[in-house]
Order: sequence, then structure tokens, then C-alpha cells
Amino acid sequence: MTAHPVTSTPTPMANRGRSGLALGRLARRPETGSFLGMVAVFLFFAIFGGSGFLSAAGTASWLSIASEIGIIALPIGLLMIAGELDISVGAVIPAASLTAAIVSGYYGLPDWLGITAALGLGLAIGLINGVFVTRTTIPSLIITIGTMFGTMGLTLGLTVMIAGSTGVSLVPDELTKTLLGQYLGGMFQVTILWWLVYIAALLWLLHISPVGNWIYALGGDKESARNAGIPTKRLTIGLFMLSGFSAAFVGVSQVMVYQSAQVLAGQSFIFNSIMCVVIGGVLLTGGFGSVVGIVFGTITFSIVNQGIYFTSIDPNMGSVIIGALLLIAVLTNDTFRQLALSYSSKKA
Amino acid sequence: MSEKPAILELKNVNKSFGPIDVLHNISLQIRQGEVLCLLGDNGAGKSTLIKVLSGVHKPTSGEILMDGKAVSFGRPGAAQERGIATVHQFGGTFPLMSIGRSFFVGLEPTKGWGPFKIYDRKRANEIAVKAVRDFGITRIDDGDRLVGGLSGGERQSLAIARAVHFGARVLILDEPTAALGVKQAAHVLRIVNEAKRRGLAVVFITHQVMHAMAVGDHFAVLIRGAIAADFRKREKTREEITDLMAGGETMADLEAEIEHELHA
Repeated sequence: MTAHPVTSTPTPMANRGRSGLALGRLARRPETGSFLGMVAVFLFFAIFGGSGFLSAAGTASWLSIASEIGIIALPIGLLMIAGELDISVGAVIPAASLTAAIVSGYYGLPDWLGITAALGLGLAIGLINGVFVTRTTIPSLIITIGTMFGTMGLTLGLTVMIAGSTGVSLVPDELTKTLLGQYLGGMFQVTILWWLVYIAALLWLLHISPVGNWIYALGGDKESARNAGIPTKRLTIGLFMLSGFSAAFVGVSQVMVYQSAQVLAGQSFIFNSIMCVVIGGVLLTGGFGSVVGIVFGTITFSIVNQGIYFTSIDPNMGSVIIGALLLIAVLTNDTFRQLALSYSSKKA
Repeated sequence: MSEKPAILELKNVNKSFGPIDVLHNISLQIRQGEVLCLLGDNGAGKSTLIKVLSGVHKPTSGEILMDGKAVSFGRPGAAQERGIATVHQFGGTFPLMSIGRSFFVGLEPTKGWGPFKIYDRKRANEIAVKAVRDFGITRIDDGDRLVGGLSGGERQSLAIARAVHFGARVLILDEPTAALGVKQAAHVLRIVNEAKRRGLAVVFITHQVMHAMAVGDHFAVLIRGAIAADFRKREKTREEITDLMAGGETMADLEAEIEHELHA
């Protein structure tokens, strides 16, 4: 061997921390806490809910709930990662349902027209939210509470004015029914498939496309994100439009499933979707979270929500469990986040 | 005395916000391969001057020359595109992002085509880790680590390495050592020297005279928005500089205070 001058050549680092630290690496992911929570909740209800909970019908009941909340929780989660909130989804759902029902049911126009109008309404409300949030310094929480009440009032007023009642029915045609309103195998709402499409699309957007990086940066520090050349305003408006669209989509699919639209539907989605997102490990102040985590959070929430009916526990106690779950989730997620941050300076 | 060409030059720059004059007649030359230390107490106008240099504010009057030609930066992005990078006190401001992701924020490396472009995590991590290691921060070896887990000095180093990687010619460092301990500060000063060695023009803003003297080639003391002194390395002692910064306050009191601080 020839003598080499001893210089401090950097050691190859590609494989460091891959094998030995696999477990530690896993513990640092934002969804680890929510995964453990989901498994715990599933086991709990598998034991106390018995065969009813584990049956196809039992699974269908929580999956159907999960798919509706999930389609809204995903864009809400992205907004929260970007440091914003959207409360208005609670009003967009019934507004979209009624738009579709009035256009296609009350006036008898083709289904696709009602659906387009409803989705367009969702996009428009998202646009309004986004423009107000980017043009003013008012927190998005307040702005979207405002648009929620505005949308709620208009929905109620216009529905009563046009249809003369607070509920409008709609019988979807064959194609619409197949795509949006059918029960697969007689019990699995077709919305579940749409949820899977949503998961794939947003997984791609947040974790694979470069836009995902912008969303994290936006939630981490808006000022620095702008200085780094990210079109922060357009991105924020786009995310609000996505959540408006998604809420409208759930509204449309609800009217196709239940064949009627009610003015007061959808309120529960506001807190439920935020809860799914937080249980899923998204940091309320932005900058941290993952799509998989949100999906785990949604499943956890839905299992508790529906699983309670398969146990001998009083269903009214379900909310207590969900409330406790939320607090535990926030605490464990904080712990896991600290773990992720503190991983480093061991060899000081 | 001034062999190296000036990349950026301010000529009689004034800046006022409404009736309040913040900068008076600032003339400065920022040269390639040199560290210009901008010293001044709080409120002396340092941050406004940085903002003028980095394109956040337009001067009310006076000229900014880049490579001898008059320029006007309408927005921070414009200055950045011309190679003027600003690193703020806390360096990387995305504590919950990975090293690779925050390094490339806004300029993500992608693979694939058209709307199916995907963020190239592996390449981003590799480049980011290599860039910081080239600056001598060998403790960083995993691009997936979160920025918030790095020490203050490492974060500063990461931010500087990022600016250099993206072709900065002028590096504006806003109090990079202010929040750091002695060891970490030394770390950052080494990196400043390395940036200078690579031919960058560095503007080093600080109120710590010791740090300035360790790396500076050229010093400007800012008092109430005007340049009170402009001198080169070894032309003044630490005591003289400190005295200048204090703006003629009784020297003895100040000395005692500083001595006390240094011994603490």
C-alpha cells in the first residue's frame, strides 16, 4: 500500500442510519404516534365490540364514516400544515348538497349540471376564503367562521325561497348513482373508493411533488417562504380552494347517497375533521404532519365513533372517549415531535 | 489599498420613512473576497441598511451600484437573483423541516417530467449534506434530520452553505453570532472566513467587536444612521472601535462594563 496523506476525507455517509437506526427513524416520523393510537383503538373495539365490530358490516360502518370525514380532513390537514384553518367546510357541505338537489332535483336539470354547480360553489367559497386570508392580516379561523355563517345564511334563505322548505330531495340517474351514491356489496359506500383516490392524490402532492415542500415551508415560516421565492399567496388560495372543493364533493356524494339534502347537515364535520387531523399528528401551528398520519387519525376517529355501538358502553360516552383520545394524541404527538427534534446532538 | 473590485457599492444613500430619516449619506464599498463588518449599537440603522442592500427597501435617494452599474431592486427576489443573499440571525427558519428539504426550499430538485415532476429527496439530501460538510461541519451526515435538531451554529452554517451553493456573490449576515455561545460563534466565524476564501463579498453585521475583529478586513461603524468611521483592519484597536460604537459615551464606564462582561 502506498502511503496516503492523512486528510480528513469525509466518510461515506449514504448508508449511515439506515439499518441500525430503522426503529429510531420510524419513531421520528409524524405519523408514528397516530399509528399506535389507531392500533390501540382497533384492538380495544375488537375485544369489546366482538364479532359485530369485526364483521363486514361493522367494518363498512366505520369505513363509510371515515371516507366522508377523510375527504375533508385531508385538505384541512394540508391547510393546517400550511398554518391555516378552514371552518367554512361545515357550511359548504350542505350548501353543495342543496345546490345539487335544487339544480338537478327541484328544477330537474341533468345531474352533471347540478354536480358542476355544487363543486363550482365549493371552489368559489374557497377562493373567497383564500383571497381574504392573503389580502388581510385577519387569522383564517375568523375569516372562515365569517364565510361559514354567510354561506349558512344564504343556503337557508335561498333554499326556503326557492324550494319552500329546508330539505330538497333528488333521485340521481343511473350513472351518478353508480359513481357517487351506490353501496358496494350492499354496505360499503362508494365514497370509500373516492377517499382512496384522494389519499393517493394528496400523498403525491404533499410528499412527492415539490409543491409539498412549499406547503411545509409556508407553515414553518411564511416570511422566509416568500423570501425563498415560493408563490405563497397563490399556494394559500389554492389550498383553500381545494378544501372548498372537497367539502362540496362530500356534500354532492351525500345527496347522491341519501337522495335528499338538508340545510343543517355538515356542522359536525368542522370539529370532526380538525380532530382527525390533530389525532393524525399534524401540528396545530403548522409546518409538521403527513398524509398517512391524517388517514390514521381519520380511521381512529371513525372506529371510536362507530365502534362504540358494538360495545355495551353507552353510545353517549363515545364523545368522552374521543375527547380523551384527542388530548392523548396531542400529548404523544408532542413527544414524538420532540424525539424527532432532539435526535442529533448525542455525540457532543 | 483597495486592490479587489467592489461588487456592491452604495453612493450617498439616504433612506427615510415619512418624516423620519433613518440612513444619512451612506457610502460603502463591498469587495470580493473581503469581509465588511458593519458595527453599530441597536437602533443605529443596521437593519435598515441590510434591507436596502437586500432589496427589501428602496433608498429614498442615492445610488446602489453592482459591478459598477446602477441597479434598483424592486423586491427581495430581484436582489437574490443577482446573487445577494441574506442570512438572518436564526439561520434556517424551518425548524420542523428536514435538512435536505429546507436547503432546497423554493428551488427543489425534481425528476420526472411535466406535471409529474417529483421532488428528488435523495439528491436534495446528498447535495445539502455535502454542501455543509464542505464548510467543515462534519457532524451533519443525514439529510433527513430536522433543522430544529441542529445547534445554532450548525443552523447558521447550513444557511450560509445554502446561500453559497445557490451562487451568492454577496453574503449579508445579520448578527449571525449574536445568539450563540463562544464555541458555536467560533464555528460560524470559521465559516465566514471560508466564504471569504471562496471569493464572496461578506457583509457581517454585529455589535460584538471581538467577532468583527476576528474576521473583518474592513469596518464601518454606524451611529444614528450615518457612518461614523470607516477604516481597514489593524487601523484601530478594539478599545477605539468600542468607543466609537458607543458614540462618545464616557469611555471609562464603558470599559469597566465590558471588562466585567468579558470576565463573566
